[in-house]
Amino acid sequence: MTAELLTCGARELAARMAAGEVSAVEVAQAHLDRIAQTDDHLHAFLRVLSDDALATAADVDSRRAAGAPLGALAGIPVALKDVLTTKGVVTTCGSKMLEHYRPVYDATVVQRLQAADAVIVGKANMDEFAMGSSTENSAFGPSRNPWDLDRVPGGTSGGSTAAAAAFQAPLAIGTDTGGSIRQPAALCGVVGVKPTYGLVSRYGLVAFASSLDQVGPIARDVGDAALLLEVIGGHDACDSTSIPIPPPSYGAELERGVEGLCVGVVREFLATEGLAPDVRARVEDGIARLGKLGAELVDVSLPHAAYGLPAYYLIAPSECSSNLSRFDGVRYGLRVPGETTEQMMSRTREAGFGREVKRRIMIGTYALSAGYYDAYYVSAQRVRTLIIRDFAAAHEQCDVLVGPTAPETAFPLGSKTADPIAMYLQDVFTIPSSLAGAPALSVPVGLDDAGLPVGLQVMAPVLGEGVMFRVARALEADLALDPTPRGPNSLEPPDEEHDAGSDAQPVRLVP
Amino acid sequence: MTTTTTVEQATNYEAVIGLEVHIELSTRTKMFCGCAIDFGGEPNSRTCAVCLGQPGSLPVVNAAAVEAAIRLGLALGCEIAPSSRFHRKNYFYPDMPKNYQISQYDVPICLRGHLDIPSERGVRSIGITRVHMEEDTGKSSHVGGSGRITGATHSLVDYNRAGIPLLECVSEPDLRSAEESRVYLTELRAIVLALGISDAKLEEGSMRCDANISLRPVGHTVFGTRVEVKNMNSVRSLGRAIDYEIARQNEVLTSGAPVVQETRHWDENTQRTSTLRTKESVDDYRYFPDPDLLPVEPASEDVERLRAELPELPAALRARLAETRGLSPAQVSVLAGTGLSALFVQSVAAGAPASEAANWLANEVTGWAGAQGVEPVAVPLTGAQLAELVGLVADGTLSAKLARQVLEAVLSGEGDPRAVAHARGLAQISNSAELEEIVDSVIAEHADAAQRVRDGNHKAIGALVGAVMRATQGRANPSLVNELLQARLSA
Repeated sequence: MTAELLTCGARELAARMAAGEVSAVEVAQAHLDRIAQTDDHLHAFLRVLSDDALATAADVDSRRAAGAPLGALAGIPVALKDVLTTKGVVTTCGSKMLEHYRPVYDATVVQRLQAADAVIVGKANMDEFAMGSSTENSAFGPSRNPWDLDRVPGGTSGGSTAAAAAFQAPLAIGTDTGGSIRQPAALCGVVGVKPTYGLVSRYGLVAFASSLDQVGPIARDVGDAALLLEVIGGHDACDSTSIPIPPPSYGAELERGVEGLCVGVVREFLATEGLAPDVRARVEDGIARLGKLGAELVDVSLPHAAYGLPAYYLIAPSECSSNLSRFDGVRYGLRVPGETTEQMMSRTREAGFGREVKRRIMIGTYALSAGYYDAYYVSAQRVRTLIIRDFAAAHEQCDVLVGPTAPETAFPLGSKTADPIAMYLQDVFTIPSSLAGAPALSVPVGLDDAGLPVGLQVMAPVLGEGVMFRVARALEADLALDPTPRGPNSLEPPDEEHDAGSDAQPVRLVP
Repeated sequence: MTTTTTVEQATNYEAVIGLEVHIELSTRTKMFCGCAIDFGGEPNSRTCAVCLGQPGSLPVVNAAAVEAAIRLGLALGCEIAPSSRFHRKNYFYPDMPKNYQISQYDVPICLRGHLDIPSERGVRSIGITRVHMEEDTGKSSHVGGSGRITGATHSLVDYNRAGIPLLECVSEPDLRSAEESRVYLTELRAIVLALGISDAKLEEGSMRCDANISLRPVGHTVFGTRVEVKNMNSVRSLGRAIDYEIARQNEVLTSGAPVVQETRHWDENTQRTSTLRTKESVDDYRYFPDPDLLPVEPASEDVERLRAELPELPAALRARLAETRGLSPAQVSVLAGTGLSALFVQSVAAGAPASEAANWLANEVTGWAGAQGVEPVAVPLTGAQLAELVGLVADGTLSAKLARQVLEAVLSGEGDPRAVAHARGLAQISNSAELEEIVDSVIAEHADAAQRVRDGNHKAIGALVGAVMRATQGRANPSLVNELLQARLSA
């Protein structure tokens, strides 16, 4: 029974709890045990919230017993990326700067999860301040890919996607600035959604690049991801960039199939040098399936997409250089003493930030400097406008666009850490939608020749999440893939042997 | 960057002055969060995640602050931008929670207005370059040493002020003297008070004024090198600082040396300016549009509504008062400048003669407000009360001296003037029958003095008047007492 509780997914768990087959406490305990058994290998979590999770689950059970109304995620375990603030609970953003930082408030997304009676099981690992593509930039050590423990889970939401893929939680929250949900979702073989900019509140999301950051759902299937987005989406008065719409609803659209839809195949993406041949083959196979399922396939062009990566690496660092100024040792977080205030600030930032964060702060500071601002920041914003127009033109032709999520599958730990440009290229296909503020998701489309997951990216117009889910769900149903990580070096799948819980390792609290 | 310009030596220089005025808005809450704006309170008690710059917090624009900005812009004849935006001004300073200040930069909310001031050369129209919105910083205090940062052992920061909305009103370099600058600042303050958007106290920093001052040979059109002077906390010190700086620059130029472009600090104690920092290079604040905020786009019907709802502004009020009431220019300017005109109008409507009402307001009421530390406009007095008080003096019920006591009691909330005078027994005794008795007994008690008066020593009557006044606790009508004594003793 326990293995099934771990593998069955959020909606199935909700149904079983509602039917009284299993309690929320049992569900929470099963997932906490799974985390305890596996996280020494995986390191998906920076902090496991066992006591809080069990208390929430017990509360759900007692309210259910009393016949009280319960939220849409009642008793469902959720892993939360450690970039979202949790009141009184250490929130590190994967940085030494915030190693012991306890926020004074809950992020809006966290409040909505709580209001939906979700059970937050822990704070997931991530690249420091959401900068990276492998989770290797975490100041507290990398997470690993459950399909091959010597490989990265992708990033920056690698802890969240690894947790979902490894059955540590059926749902996870990630954040995506240039691909940080979609790329690790592709590498871990799960569904990861970057919603329309402004659909999910950024209040309490510790900012990397404010004009691009977006919170999104991660799950092992499309329906669960859609359900989680329904809970966290909708207007929030605390975020001025939040779109004034009520919480969305996707259920009715999910199973409508692709017949009659026009699917645009982004030619430039498939022709990109550096796209692994077996990744291209799986993606092309997925596209062909959509055709067989009744979608009209057309070739479309995003002529300025190629300039997206350089534009992104000016806009995002520029915003980050300003957003991260507040970490100065004065009010919260790390403080390294100095002779003067200036020296204290300087030493604190020297000690608190990792190499990639410093690199981006320096790039951004340079790009915003007098005399360079027009050449860099303003030019990059112009490219952004051109890309928005590219998407608008493409969507006049078709309902969604498709292509690969990432140029390759999970790569070995350490293989790209010395080469920032190689790491940046991981985001080449995900950045265009980010710059356009449009939604996109990654859905598993099979395995490469080495047995590692490949993701197909579905891109939709602004607020086109409904049709995006519909296409992804049709493909998922047709493929009927097993999400269980398998392979010679994969994490042990959940099975009855681990049921007892008596051999569970004590939950490790990291840091 | 060029920091100095050589100005050819000339015998006569003219001053070119522009003022930057920061106005702290008295909105209920801060610029970008819901924290209450109240003065006092424990340090850091009026703060939240947003105004402390806690990670993940986001700003939301205070609509009341936008409205205040638009109203000031309209009062100054500015164009209201259909779309303006906020930028981030990036620099590290411990009293700035995010290490950037949210401020308007290239597209401010109000542009191209003017403020007309009376001057020795007639009414002068001083250009307003812009009015923009921004957030205030916290306050640092330095412990140990002299209280300045140098030599301090440590510093403390209070963020209660951080995030309070500010308007920055920038004038064109159209002012030519300390006197014009004083008049400009006084007039701007009167407008702000009439709009009710700030308490505009220079002494307490809710209104702050920096002056940009340069000299150029008379007749030239090119500007000289500009010096920014800060830290003037009254209209008077603004005038003194400008006069000092004009004299200093004049001396520098006359000696053949260039004026250095710099920021100077006005020292109220020494009455001098001194170098605060020299701008060897322009500060690079790395301005860029704040991605957390949307453009400010007021609906044109809202702007028109605010325009229609503007109160009568001081200049118009002065013109109206001067024409219709025949008051002295000094009285007009006090009434318009202190916001007491409404009370004046009410008093006159309630029957007070205009110049009497104006005198009471300009002297006693303003004086009482100053002593209590409240704005004159906030005094608890109605027009009917003032008219009643003026009437009690006119009909001889109260002497001027007693009337002042009654006014104080009224302002302290003891009731209406007549009731107060009655309750305190302050009404003047103007009844001859009642006084005759007292006068007779005083003459009996002071037989020597009475005799001297009878003998023709008229100065001796003073002692007798004084005795009657003492006997009545000052309530006797002195001229009536005098009259009665004369009648008794001349017989």
